[in-house]
Amino acid sequence: MVTTIRDNKGALPIAKQAGATRPLIVRITHWVNAFAMTCMILSGWRIYNASPLFPFTFPPWATLGGWLAGALAWHFAAMWLLVANGLLYLAYGLFSGYLRRTLLPLTRDQLWQDFRAALTLRLKHRVGVYNTVQRLLYIVVLLLGPTAVLSGLAIWKPVQFSPLTTLLGGYDTARLVHFVAMAGITGFIVIHLTLVILVPRTLLSMITGGSRQNHATEARI
Amino acid sequence: MSARTIRNPDLTDQRPELVRLERRLLLRHGLSLGALSLLTGCNLHDGDAVDRVLWAMSRWNDRVQAALFNPNRLAPTYPESAITDPFPFNAYYSEAEIRTVDTAAWRLELSGLIADKRPWSLEQLRALPQVSQITRHVCVEGWSAIGKWRGVPFRTFLERVGADTSARYVGFRCFDNYSTSIDMATAMHPQTILALDYRDAPLPPKYGSPVKLRVPTKLGFKNPKYLAAVFVTNDYPGGYWEDQGYNWFSGS
Repeated sequence: MVTTIRDNKGALPIAKQAGATRPLIVRITHWVNAFAMTCMILSGWRIYNASPLFPFTFPPWATLGGWLAGALAWHFAAMWLLVANGLLYLAYGLFSGYLRRTLLPLTRDQLWQDFRAALTLRLKHRVGVYNTVQRLLYIVVLLLGPTAVLSGLAIWKPVQFSPLTTLLGGYDTARLVHFVAMAGITGFIVIHLTLVILVPRTLLSMITGGSRQNHATEARI
Repeated sequence: MSARTIRNPDLTDQRPELVRLERRLLLRHGLSLGALSLLTGCNLHDGDAVDRVLWAMSRWNDRVQAALFNPNRLAPTYPESAITDPFPFNAYYSEAEIRTVDTAAWRLELSGLIADKRPWSLEQLRALPQVSQITRHVCVEGWSAIGKWRGVPFRTFLERVGADTSARYVGFRCFDNYSTSIDMATAMHPQTILALDYRDAPLPPKYGSPVKLRVPTKLGFKNPKYLAAVFVTNDYPGGYWEDQGYNWFSGS
């Protein structure tokens, strides 16, 4: 929700997002995505273990599927949920202006300022309003998601989707891209969950939609 | 894409298999306890319900892949210099357990919806037209390797023996007790061949001597080595890995 606040002379309108409520569709797609993405990553780790790209494997207890066939079954079942849900979210986010409102503008000066503030734990946090460091992280993960899906399609169907596979540098490179996208998304999740632990109120807002009157509920993290 | 003219694998055919297999197969080896409780908040007794959903989704994916399959789209081919050397051996057993046959006495048995069921010798297969391909073999495990195979276009062979090419499935039995099956559309694909040679020499035991089916539009485990019998059928035949929960269509 955008509230326009004018200074007492009524001159320059300052668009300000004051404790925006989270639309129901955003909350639903967030939790569906959390489930689908968890399935994809944990089953993907088990698939990776069948033929590791790097000299390490994921601990079996952290994986989903039990064995390769089970992991593949999870992966190729959850992908439908992930993609359908992701498309719904993106369609809503793009056409309603939600993404533009919450993630833009993103300026370099403001980013640097917020980044320094975040590192010194002085960054203010208001539920529903993203600082520029958050904005950047969300934009990156919104690009990593489609990258993971497209590289996944490229290695799932290197013949039927051969132009896509070629575009991604061939089968082996596409496999690497798929891994890197996963690693980026996993890194995002680690930061995301850390911030939720630091500011637990955000978890509530992703469930209930958040309060409209939370100007006072600023936190410093 | 002319997928609609090709009969997709039909779930009704597979229902008896489904009922028989769903309980014991997909997650027979078990979900990791942590992952299951994390995701479903349930105990392991619910594994059966999860299995059923996964099995149904795998059948859905069979249909989607059959629809995506373009009978005219060729798998990418590569120059000789791209061939992976050595090409890896892979089977459900180790390389030390490879089985061999007397290639002179070997015959390819035919059964099912085939007009002329007389068995074929290697010599007879060599007398048919041969084609060569350098294509990528993609394993279900994720690795891939490029190899060169030469042999009889499988379509030529099926037409020669009077196979009912309107049937749904072609099944394969191997003398190493492996088995698999493919859809008729894939069987008729121009790059699906009965491979007799690997890199311009008769197929060595390691790569499936005397005959393997090379299908560059499917994952490696749908490329049976050590062929013993071919059959054409409308009844879902399954296969060694497919019966254990691997996706049946497994197209590339």
